[in-house]
This record gives sequence, structure tokens and C-alpha cells, in this order.
Amino acid sequence: MSALTQVVRSGVGRRRVQTIVIGLVVMIAVTSAVLGGSLMVASHGPFDRAFKQQQGAHLTAQFNAGTVTEAQLAASASAAGVAASAGPFATAQFALAGPGGNPVPPLNIVGRADAGGTVDRVVIVDGRWATGPGEIVLATGDGLRLPPKVIGQQWKVTDAPGSPSVTVVGTARSVSQTGDAWTTPEQLAAWTGADGPRTYQMLYRFTAAETAEQVQTGRTAVEATIPAGAVASAQSWLDVRREATGDTVLLVPFLIAFGVLGVVMAVLIIGNVVAGAVSTATRRIGILKALGFTPAQVVRTYVVQALIPATVGAVLGAVAGNLLTLPILAQTNRIYGTNDSGVALWVDAVVVGGALAMVAVTALAASARAGRLRSVDALAVGRTPRPGRGQWAARLTGRLPISRPVTLGLAHPFARPVRTISIVAAIAFGAAAVTFAVGLGTSLNRVQEVEDIADVQVGMAHHFEAGGPPPGPQRPQPLDDPAAIEKVIAAQAGTGGYMGVARSEITAVGITGKLDAVGVTGPDSARYYKMVSGSWLSGPGQIIVSTPFLTAAGKEVGDSIVLTDDGVDITVKIVGEVFNVDNDGMQVVTDIATLRQAEPELAPMTYYVTTRSGTDAGSYAQALSTALTSLSADANPLNHEPDEMIIIINALTGLLSLMLMVVAGLGVMNTVVLETRERVHDLGVHKALGMSPRQTTAMVIASVVVTGLVGGAAGTAVGVLLQRTVITEMASSVGFRLPDSVLDVYSSAELLFFGLAGLVIAVVGALLPAGWAAKTRVAVALRTE
Amino acid sequence: MTAPLIELHEVTRRYDEGPPALREVSLSVAPGEAVAILGPSGSGKSTMLNLVAGLDRPSTGTVTVDGVRVDKLGEAASARYRRARIGLVFQFFNLLDDLTVLDNVMLPAQLTGMSRGTAQRRATELLGRLGVDRHASAYPGRLSGGERQRVAVARALMNRPSLLLADEPTGALDTASGEDVMQLLTELHADGQTIVLVTHDLVLAETCATRTVQLLDGRIAADSALERVR
Repeated sequence: MSALTQVVRSGVGRRRVQTIVIGLVVMIAVTSAVLGGSLMVASHGPFDRAFKQQQGAHLTAQFNAGTVTEAQLAASASAAGVAASAGPFATAQFALAGPGGNPVPPLNIVGRADAGGTVDRVVIVDGRWATGPGEIVLATGDGLRLPPKVIGQQWKVTDAPGSPSVTVVGTARSVSQTGDAWTTPEQLAAWTGADGPRTYQMLYRFTAAETAEQVQTGRTAVEATIPAGAVASAQSWLDVRREATGDTVLLVPFLIAFGVLGVVMAVLIIGNVVAGAVSTATRRIGILKALGFTPAQVVRTYVVQALIPATVGAVLGAVAGNLLTLPILAQTNRIYGTNDSGVALWVDAVVVGGALAMVAVTALAASARAGRLRSVDALAVGRTPRPGRGQWAARLTGRLPISRPVTLGLAHPFARPVRTISIVAAIAFGAAAVTFAVGLGTSLNRVQEVEDIADVQVGMAHHFEAGGPPPGPQRPQPLDDPAAIEKVIAAQAGTGGYMGVARSEITAVGITGKLDAVGVTGPDSARYYKMVSGSWLSGPGQIIVSTPFLTAAGKEVGDSIVLTDDGVDITVKIVGEVFNVDNDGMQVVTDIATLRQAEPELAPMTYYVTTRSGTDAGSYAQALSTALTSLSADANPLNHEPDEMIIIINALTGLLSLMLMVVAGLGVMNTVVLETRERVHDLGVHKALGMSPRQTTAMVIASVVVTGLVGGAAGTAVGVLLQRTVITEMASSVGFRLPDSVLDVYSSAELLFFGLAGLVIAVVGALLPAGWAAKTRVAVALRTE
Repeated sequence: MTAPLIELHEVTRRYDEGPPALREVSLSVAPGEAVAILGPSGSGKSTMLNLVAGLDRPSTGTVTVDGVRVDKLGEAASARYRRARIGLVFQFFNLLDDLTVLDNVMLPAQLTGMSRGTAQRRATELLGRLGVDRHASAYPGRLSGGERQRVAVARALMNRPSLLLADEPTGALDTASGEDVMQLLTELHADGQTIVLVTHDLVLAETCATRTVQLLDGRIAADSALERVR
């Protein structure tokens, strides 16, 4: 064994706390980076990858069975530009009821023999595919929200002949959203009866389908091969993608923020640990150099001493990161129907390699001082700080009217200013992580609240024909008697507020293509939108729009713009910018009277109702529906369950914050261990003079109070800044600006609490070494010269 | 007959597997005595001092000081015992470099909870009595060895201890400073202070002590008090 190896081995073995801290810090940093990196890779275009894995349909078309034959549809697969096709599958709409007789909305049921094929390989999430009579597979994801343990349940097809029972044998996910449920073709034929199916479904993949024009070209080519009027409805994969991927892009700035926090903290703490190791081993370094170690050998010794635990930590961190990624990716897999394993080996390699390189560079910088030390100086240097450092602080704190052990501790950080600054920074990052995490979660929940202001929606009562064709994309229909409906809503017990909405299509000067226009009416319409700037509508001739609209039109609040509705030009003033994600922010909101200048008959199609606090939305909707029966309208409660992506982000935020806090706590622990070791002789003197174990603990804890408070305060400020920056960037990446209610999420009490989080991290980190200090035997400490 | 201030009864202190540092040592020290413990390196002098100060515990035997069974004290009680009854003077002074001379001297009193004002008055008085009051606001690093040891003695006397323990108090000093400290200890003893000092220095022992105890291989080889009795 070489001298260098022997010295490294003894260094690693004897400095157990430093070795463990380096290992743990690297492990947590690598865990966090592997988790973040893997999710970043997985979150990059999850829909596109799912679409590729499942050979998604570029065009999902429904055909009227009375107009086209199965043979003609099968032949349409050879239309120009069609790369692959599946179908024809018979489809029909049926109402079903769950085990308790609870009715569910009519489902679009597809008769399909198997889940695979060349197009739309439906992923079975749970159970199996329907293979025999009386079996059905339900679609997960959008649309129907399935109860837990649905497999094996007996449901009823309430409007099929004889209301037959059906067993749920599986749940499945089609990225192309080609059906709400699947059964065997024979079973569907039995339910649709002697007349046979009314609709067929065909699924097409085109050789080129990247743009709406290319998809339209493919659709036109298909339509050319079949009788005119045969297409009942068709859905482009681009529309499905736009719906599905809206919020996945949100993950990226969030993960980058945590990645940067983790890396900076790891650099700080590893630098601190290695610098501390050099500092406490000054005499050892002097002896090594006196024995003939070159400066390069000394530096190498300390770099290798840091790399050994770092390597162990990095490997364990990579394993932990992958283990943590698996359940989280399982959730995104469930959302998108992907089947990513979560283990991206190249991410592991990059993270582990990067972490070790970072440790080597940090250790190199910190140990360079050891290499430069002159032997004679190193041998002469004592363990306590050189006189002169922090004496002013000791003098100052000595005058404070509090217990002397506490004032002694309060002065300690000023004796090692560089170390103190680095640990303040580490605590600050821990506090910043907590502040950021809570702020981000609150902001995301407020975004959700903006979308969830209404509790109940009132529209035309839906009538469907049992066994009839699926409805395809529908636009809401105008209500028969809006004025009467409004009166019923206003009179209904539990109504807190309401807004009527009419929809139309318009064009605007400077913006290509058609835009959605929403004409609002009702006394409470302002409460349903969150303003970013400007003011709410005060009358006709005014509009409020979202950031993407302003960007696209090159306009600002206060500008005028010409809208064209039904051939009529209407000049309107933009009075406000609103946070409204509908239609990707390209929606124009105005008083219904503005649109009536072009469409005098325009009437509300939907009423959004907010119930009074404490009112059950379901019961309210049921009662309101009953009251609205004679007006051909019905009320339905709106789903307020949190977005799954927000749940994932909240879970990740909590996990990553906890990790960063642990890293910060380890950094404090290491620093206090160093301080205790360096001050062990002073500690012996204090105890010889009568300092009790409790007073010793108080002194050590007090030594981190200033550090914790300053770190907490700085971290809170950084956390707030980070929350505002990241949330603004997240919104900006999808083209939006956010209202103040989403950005300003912290109360004074919360800020105070987060500021104190730094103190908590510091005190928790100091507890263990404080205990060791309290137990130190005086005779042993005093022998430490 | 006055009760002894220090009573060691058949005290043995053993470290790990090696030979005992002290072997069944029994010793009594009366109030007002100045006892010098003499002996070569490894004879057990410092071990005996640590046991009396409550810095260490005997493996067997009992240590009683001023009526307190020191060998039975826990960490906290031991700290309170030292605070109240013992003044410690070390060879290398053990002053805290980041505190001023005045703050160093005040520290033991402040650990008892004494107010800063009261502690400052007592410390200033002690520093004046020991002739180092002009250095009150200086840091220990700027003082000579003799001055530092005077400051250390002032600190040891801060809580008016019944027993002053000194471990090689002149060991790190030049001749002139050493004589200065000897003079100081002699004066303190003359004022009635009980002193136990551990030293190699026969001159120090003869000058300051009224009684000498010789240790050899952990046993008492000679005790001048016993010889006088004989």
C-alpha cells in the first residue's frame, strides 16, 4: 500500500462525520438530479411519445352506416397519403348504470375485437380486453371518472333491449381518445339490434400529418373514396394533442429551478466540508509535508478523500433517484397512457459523472490551500481561530443582557466569516426551497381556482338516442328562454352568483384565423375572470383578452381593435387583460350587447353559477335541474378535482424541498462538528470553569442562531423571488401573464414562518454536535493541544 | 480537629489495559494548607489533580472535597461543583483568545448567573489586586506569559473558591515571570487560600507549599506532613 493510499484511508476512516456528510450530500444531490432529469426527459412530449408508442390515429372519423358500406370504408385505406388504417368498427352510444344503479353519461361504445393493430394500439391499464358476450372495457383518463376497483363490477346497459348486464373486464387508454368503452363487435351488434349499427369508426395514419393542413389533405383524400355526406364527424390528432399537452410544459422551468438549487447547495456544502477538513487537519498537513509529501500529493490526498464517499453517495443516489422516479412516472404513464420505465441510463451516467466532477473541482479548490501551506506554518498553527477574528463580535455580544453561554455562542460565527457565509448560503437555499415549494403549490392551486370559480353549469338539456351515433364534437346550443332561466337561477336557494355566456366566432384585424368570442351577461360576470391589468367591462364596445391575444395582435390595454362578426365590423376598446386559458388564450370576452350589434338574436348558451358557501353543488344542481325542466335546460355540477399534473408537481415540490432541507441540515451539522472540533480546547476550558452540559448545549445551539436567522431571512427572499420568477416563466412559456392573486401568495405570517425555517434547519443540524460537545470529557479536551 | 478540605480514600484510576495511573492513594488536605504534588512524568500528579477538580472519576475509591463526594457527581453537578468551589490554574493559562482579559476573568461568575455589572466590579478588583488591571480591555495574546498567568489566577479566584488547584503554574514561564507567579501564590496562601499545586519544580514547591507529596508510579512515595509527624 502506497503512502498516499494509507494517508487517504486513514483520513476517510478517522473523519467519519465529514465522510458521511459528503456521501449523504452527494447522494441527495444525485437523487434529486436523477429524479428531476428522468422526469424532465419523460415529461418532454409525453403525448407525442405515447402517440408514437400506440401508433395513434391522425384522423378518427365516424361514418353514417346508412350512407357507406363496410367494404367502401375498408377500401378508403388505400386513399392517397394513408399510411395505415384500422376499422371499420361499429360504434354506438348507450347509457349505462353502475352497480348501485347510478347512471353515467351516455358512452361512445366501440365494437372492437382486439386492442392492438396497426393504428391506435389501445393500452390496457388494468384487467383484460373484452373477448366474450357481456364484457366491456372502460376508457380511463378524460371523460368518465371511474370508481376504484371497477374491474369485475356488473353494470347495466340501460337502454339496450332488455337492459342487459355487462361485466367490466378491463380499463384501457387510447391516446387518440377513440372511444369511451369497448366491447366485442358481436356484443355491440346484439345491443344495436336488427337495424345494425348506425355508425362506423375508421382510424387513419397519414404519411404526413404534422400540420392541420396535412391532416385536412388526408381527410379530403379519404372522403374522395367514399360517398358524399358519409362522414358524421372527424377528429384530428392535433386537436387531441392540444387538449392533452397544455400543462406538461409547466414541469420544465420547475424542474430546472430545483436542479439549480440542488447543484448550488451541493457545491456549497461539499466545498465547506472539504475546506473544513483541510482547516481541521492543518497540523496533519504540516506533518505530511514535513515527511516529504509534495503540495500536489497533499491536494490529491484531499481530493481522493472527498471522492471516495462521493462515489458511494453518487451510486446510492442514482439508485434512489430511479426508485423514486418509478412511482411518479407511473402516474404520468397513467395520465398519458405511456409505458416509460423511468430509468434513463444516460441521465444516470450524466448525473453521476457530473456530480463526481463537481466534487473533484470543489475539493480541488478547497484543498489547494492545503497544498500551499508551508510546513512550518502548518505545524505551528493551533486549532482555535487566530486572535483578532470576531473579537469585536465577542465584545459586543458579551454586553447583551442574556445568559453568558448564549452570548459566547452568538459570537462564534464571526470568527470564521467565510465558513459562516457558505453555511448561511446553504441554510438560505434550504429556506428558499421551502418558501418556493409552498409558494409554487399555492400559485398552482390558485390557477386551478381561477378555472374553478363556477360550481354548476346550466345548459340545454341533452337528449340522446339509445344506440344512436356518437355525437362527435358539439357546440353548445342557445337556450330557449334565457330570461326565464336567469330568473329561476336567481330564485334558486343556494345561488351565490351567476353569469350567462353566449359564444360566437369572429375575426380580428391583425390576427389570422377565427377566434372564439364570449358574450357575457348577468350581474356577477366580473367575478368569473381574474384580471391581470386594466379593468372589467363597463358596457358594450369593450373587450377583455388574454396575453396571447395581445401578443398576436400587437396591442396593449387601452388600444382599439376592429372585430368582424358575421360580416359586420365592430370597433372595440381593449379595457383589460385577463387570465383566461380557454382557446389557448385567443378568446375575446365582451358584453353580449357588443356581439348583438352583428347578431341581434344572440342569446346565452350556458349559465355558470357559483353556489353560496356550504351549499352542496350536486344537490343544488339536481334541484335546479328540476326547476328548469319546463325550460328544456338542466344543471350539472362542475368537476373541481385538482389537475393531476398539479398533484404531481406538488408531490415533487414537497419531496425535493425536503431533500434540500436535509442537505442544508447536514451542512450545518458538518459546520458545527468542525467548529466543535476546532474549539474543543476552548470547550474544555469552559467546562473546567464550570460550564454545565446544558450551558454547553445552549452555547453550541446559540452559535447557529444568527446563521440560521440570516440564512432564513435571505432564503425566504430568494424563495419568493424564485416563486415569482418560475411561476411567471411557467406561464410565459405558454404565452400568459398571471394575475396578482396567483403571484402574490404569501401572507406576512407565512413569510415569518419561512424565515424561521432557516433557524429550525440550523438548530436541528446543530443538535447532534451540541450533544457531543456537552458530553466531551474535560480532561480529554484539555489534552487536545 | 478541623475537617479535611480534601479527602482521597484508596483511590485507584486505571485507563484501559495499562497500569493504573493512581494505585489506592489516600490523602487528606486541611483547609489553609498549600500542598505541592511532586513527581516525575507519568507518576499520576495530573490524574490526582483532575480527580480533585471533578474533571475525571476514580476507578475505585472515594474523593471528597469540602464535604462533596466528587466521585459521585454527574456532569452537570460536577460543573456546578467546580464553579462554586474550585479555581483552576493551568500550565498554558488556557485563556480564551477571543475574549478580553476582563471578559475572561468575569466568565466563571457569569456562568453562575451573576449579572455583568457585579461580575465586572469583582473582576476589576481582582485584576487590580493582581496588578494586571491596566490590561483589562486587552486580548490575552498581547500579554506576557507572567501577565497571562496572573490573569488566569484572577479568573480562578473569581468565584472565591475554597480550593485553588494549579497544574505546573510556572511551567510555561521564564524565570522572572515564574518568580512573579510564585510570589503571587505565596501571598494568596498567606491570605488563607487553600492551594494544591502540581509541579516538577522543587523551587516552586519549597517557596509556595507548606507540605509536599511525592508521587511515584501512582503511589505516594513521600509526604512531608507524615514525616513531620514521625
